[in-house]
Amino acid sequence: MASSPDAPGADVWPGSPLPAALAVEIQGLIERLDQGQRVWLSGYLAGLARAAAHPQPVASAAPAPAVTLLYGSQTGNAESLAQRFAAKLQSNGLPCALLDMADCGKAELLAATALLVVVSTQGEGDPPDRARSLVELLNSRKAPRLSHLRYAVLGLGDSSYQHFCATGRQFDTRLEALGAQRLQPRADCDVDFETAADSWIAGLVGTLAVANGGAVHVSRAVPARDAAAVAIAHTRKNPFHAELLLNQRLTATGSSKDVRHVELSLSGSSIHYEPGDAIGIVPRNDAESVDELLAALPFSAEAAVTRGTETLSLRDSLLQHFEIGAVNRPTLERYASAFGESSLLQLLADTPEGAVPARLRGWHLTDLVQACPPGVSDAQSFTDCLRPMAPRLYSIASSLRAAPEEAHLTVSVVEYEVRGRKRQGVVSGMLARASADQALPVYLHRNAGFRLPAPDVPIVMIGPGTGVAPFRAFLAERHALGAKGRNWLFFGDRTFETDFLYQADWLAWRKQGVLTRIEVAFSRDQEEKVYVQHRMRACGAELWRWLEEGAHVYICGDAQQMAPDVHQALLDIAKSHGSLSEDRAAGYFSALVRQRRYQRDIY
Amino acid sequence: MDSTTGRADLSAPLEELHSNEQLKHDSGFLRGTLQDSLADRVTGAVTDSDALLTKFFGIYQQDDRDLRDERRRARLEPRYQFMVRVRLPGGVCTPAQWLALDSLARRYAGGTLRLTTRQTFQFHGIRKRHVRAVIHGLHEAGLDTIAACGDDNRNVICTANPLESPVHAEVSELARTVSARLRPRTGAYDEVFLEQPAAATLANEEPLYGRTYLPRKFKIALAIPPQNDVDVFAHDLGFVAIVEQGRVVGYDVLVGGGMGMTHRQPATFPRLADVAGFCQPEDVATVAEHTMCIQRDHGNRKDRSRARFKYTLEDLGLDWFRAELARRLGRPLAAPRGFRFESSGDRYGWVRGGDGRWHYTLAIENGRLSDWPGRALLTGLRSIATSHGGLFALTTNQSVTVAGIRQRERAGIDRLLRDYGIANDLRASPARQRALACVALPTCGLAMAESERYMPQFMTHLEALLGEVGLPQLPVSVRMTGCPNGCARPYLAEIALVGKGPGKYNLHLGGSPRGERLNALFRENIGEPEILQALRAVLHRYAAEHRPEESFGDFVVRAGVLDPATASNGSSS
Repeated sequence: MASSPDAPGADVWPGSPLPAALAVEIQGLIERLDQGQRVWLSGYLAGLARAAAHPQPVASAAPAPAVTLLYGSQTGNAESLAQRFAAKLQSNGLPCALLDMADCGKAELLAATALLVVVSTQGEGDPPDRARSLVELLNSRKAPRLSHLRYAVLGLGDSSYQHFCATGRQFDTRLEALGAQRLQPRADCDVDFETAADSWIAGLVGTLAVANGGAVHVSRAVPARDAAAVAIAHTRKNPFHAELLLNQRLTATGSSKDVRHVELSLSGSSIHYEPGDAIGIVPRNDAESVDELLAALPFSAEAAVTRGTETLSLRDSLLQHFEIGAVNRPTLERYASAFGESSLLQLLADTPEGAVPARLRGWHLTDLVQACPPGVSDAQSFTDCLRPMAPRLYSIASSLRAAPEEAHLTVSVVEYEVRGRKRQGVVSGMLARASADQALPVYLHRNAGFRLPAPDVPIVMIGPGTGVAPFRAFLAERHALGAKGRNWLFFGDRTFETDFLYQADWLAWRKQGVLTRIEVAFSRDQEEKVYVQHRMRACGAELWRWLEEGAHVYICGDAQQMAPDVHQALLDIAKSHGSLSEDRAAGYFSALVRQRRYQRDIY
Repeated sequence: MDSTTGRADLSAPLEELHSNEQLKHDSGFLRGTLQDSLADRVTGAVTDSDALLTKFFGIYQQDDRDLRDERRRARLEPRYQFMVRVRLPGGVCTPAQWLALDSLARRYAGGTLRLTTRQTFQFHGIRKRHVRAVIHGLHEAGLDTIAACGDDNRNVICTANPLESPVHAEVSELARTVSARLRPRTGAYDEVFLEQPAAATLANEEPLYGRTYLPRKFKIALAIPPQNDVDVFAHDLGFVAIVEQGRVVGYDVLVGGGMGMTHRQPATFPRLADVAGFCQPEDVATVAEHTMCIQRDHGNRKDRSRARFKYTLEDLGLDWFRAELARRLGRPLAAPRGFRFESSGDRYGWVRGGDGRWHYTLAIENGRLSDWPGRALLTGLRSIATSHGGLFALTTNQSVTVAGIRQRERAGIDRLLRDYGIANDLRASPARQRALACVALPTCGLAMAESERYMPQFMTHLEALLGEVGLPQLPVSVRMTGCPNGCARPYLAEIALVGKGPGKYNLHLGGSPRGERLNALFRENIGEPEILQALRAVLHRYAAEHRPEESFGDFVVRAGVLDPATASNGSSS
């Protein structure tokens, strides 16, 4: 993955976009800096890159509209009214853009300067379905400050209902609370809205025309950022405590899986990631499980335990450093020999090399300790048997360009039962325990081997299950950049109705033309199992054409089954559609790997 | 509203009409992009345009509204599913067809079938990937779903049970003739849903409808007095059989009825049909065709809330219609003969026909066939279907008649009805048996309030009220809809609840028990406590003051309960 800046060798930074000479020069400079100076410089460069990247509106050739007409419609009234207003504004020389509330997020709010809101109210004061996400955003802690924004609201409703125009009212007060300035008082329109609506827009035409002085010049409102802000590099040892903004289940009721969409706030951190990167979550065992383990151990929780150069209490080191979940073969072997467990040694001897004995499969450390107590040894020799906590890395499922200061993760929550007890995965447990405003310790894990190509290069993405996460980042990035390259996604999971991760996002991108093609395979929706590789073969001719046209291929997800199956499918496609021999097909993909056109992030 | 100023009918340029008109016109006789939509695995929906086109084939895209919020947050599209409605003119189906419907319902529709107020079946919850299998299954049973929804002639209904008498048989046959005559002819159904090869392109596959079909739906009903089970005044076109000496001598022709309206839009309203004249039995299909074509040519194609035939008639007048029909027919309709209805609704339990055979009409709450603990309606009726050689005759009031049972078979049917716990409950109040509710939430996209799911509970409250005033057996008609469009014909009921918002209804009172009078808005936008409070007061008055044999609806009108001083008039805000 990412090389450290002081990596030796002639090929200074494999995969970097820098010419070799420049790379050597920069490395020379870096070597003259001390640690503190390097950290400062990394923050400075990140800030520069980010400031340069941000103010690029998508397809910004046309002049930015002076006015954004934002509508939330259920029956179509608000939408057609907004269209009428748009025509009225245009005819008065005020360029405007129509925006459905369903398509309005933080970025759109920040980009707008004058926002005219037309929204109806349903039933008992509810917003239209397509406005719900925006209402939730505005009412959440994720709502952006809108002091750059001027606005006006027209509510549509029916005065025979108790909560007449409640949604319009809500927008009006929320926008004000977020710092936006009201252009003129809100209009609450009844079912006969024509007259009130006409006078509302007439008033605004006057105000806006004066404000614009006839000329139309709008700069995109991007929150100022100090490019040279001093940054602190966050590592596993020195993680950033990222506020948990959202912990939303993606799989619907009835699914056999629990997959979460997690949104973290990077606000205040120096973390500047690229699509393809991962976030590491510093794992921490839950106190209840540690205490359960301690209760089974004959050592004091406060016994000092040394690991490397660090000395901690047994309890703290079990919380922070060691896996106490399912035991693996090496742990079992060390444990058995350290504590002379003859029955355990025998059991291991009877089990094939490398495998966990069937009887112990899924056992947690506590189960092992209870079944075979470590005797009166000491805490140090006990922890010496344990394996260190592995990093928990999650491919980032967002782009900073689309979700500024956020990192989205796609986390499969692991929960199972062993010996009648409910067990959770370490991070699953952390997520399950984390309440809304709690923070998770995180750090950036660069993944330079998984990068988008130039904006006009076509890409094929194969990401079943949670392997789809980085492709959400890819598409968000390409969408935000207005990249012209074609994008093709293969996704698969168990059932269409409950397990189609980010379905609404893919559909929206497909509608907008960002996602050129998407093929899906749901293994349990029919008699025979269908996986992504089957869909790839079915589209073989076209897939081959994309490859021949220079497409980059990305595979993310399961390394055991999926990645080899998908690779085999690619080989077969090269053979049948490219008429390549077995050897030449293999060579074809080896060449793609060398050209960085075949990239995998598998685990 | 503006239908008389400026052209809004077929003569206007297409681009000035409602966008649906352009869509129909450009759809290639309803083919649209349906093949692509059905093949698209990424969504359980079809495209917005295709969703309008599938309606013409009785296939109606819906989603489970209970799950909308959960799924939106989970970044999943709504749980799309399709309602598939059968074309079943006259409501007649053979036991073999019943078994086919039953097995399709079990396999693809979550084990329920619904009987509709237009005398047919509909499946709910069909997933897109199963739609073709359902249509194939129906086809194998000799059934189709053409024009069960959409801007076309809907299922032709008639007084139930062709086996009751030769007159019933004749009228039922006529319903099938009219349905066949007005059935869309496009090859799209066979190509898209039955996967048959595309026919050679025809210049005009729809000689009757043309490329843009009708402005909106068109509904035809045939009634045999003295029964008005079909609510013949509630349809675009009605035919009332004139029977002399056991023979149908012709039909009085009724035009311009309809139920739907939009809340607080005074230009929309329910309307009773006008009697336009009389025609011979052999002229019925021709009169139906011309009347539909008059609406095709003159109906409002700009404003869909004003696009039903009743508004055309309201705007252009009955005399204009008579003249226009005479011009097309080549002669005017004869003077109406006159008729008298004695009842609406169904007659439950055993009835004996003129040929000595028996017919059992089973009241089915909300028309919902499914299996519940102790009441296995779906399985019970399947069992009946395997054991008799008669017919199933659906009524227009969500009931089914097991028809043509011989004397010796009757005991067997009774036993099955008992064994499956589905016989008409003698303890159920007549009001509950007669009650009608539309589907509404969670699948109907139009619903503003609950209907089917709330009706049983509401009836329990109403039964308590009826008990309280000492009239537990009052056969008052109660109908509920989740929106004002009128699927359960609420505006003819003695008591109607029309959905306004979650838990809120407009309360209408004063329909006639013979289906000849519209009720009126009594209280607007109220919840259950206020509804029951309002009904308690009126029921107490009825109990104390009604005349012998006077129905609740008739009393409400005579006693002035609906006078403006008492009732809110609907335009208050």
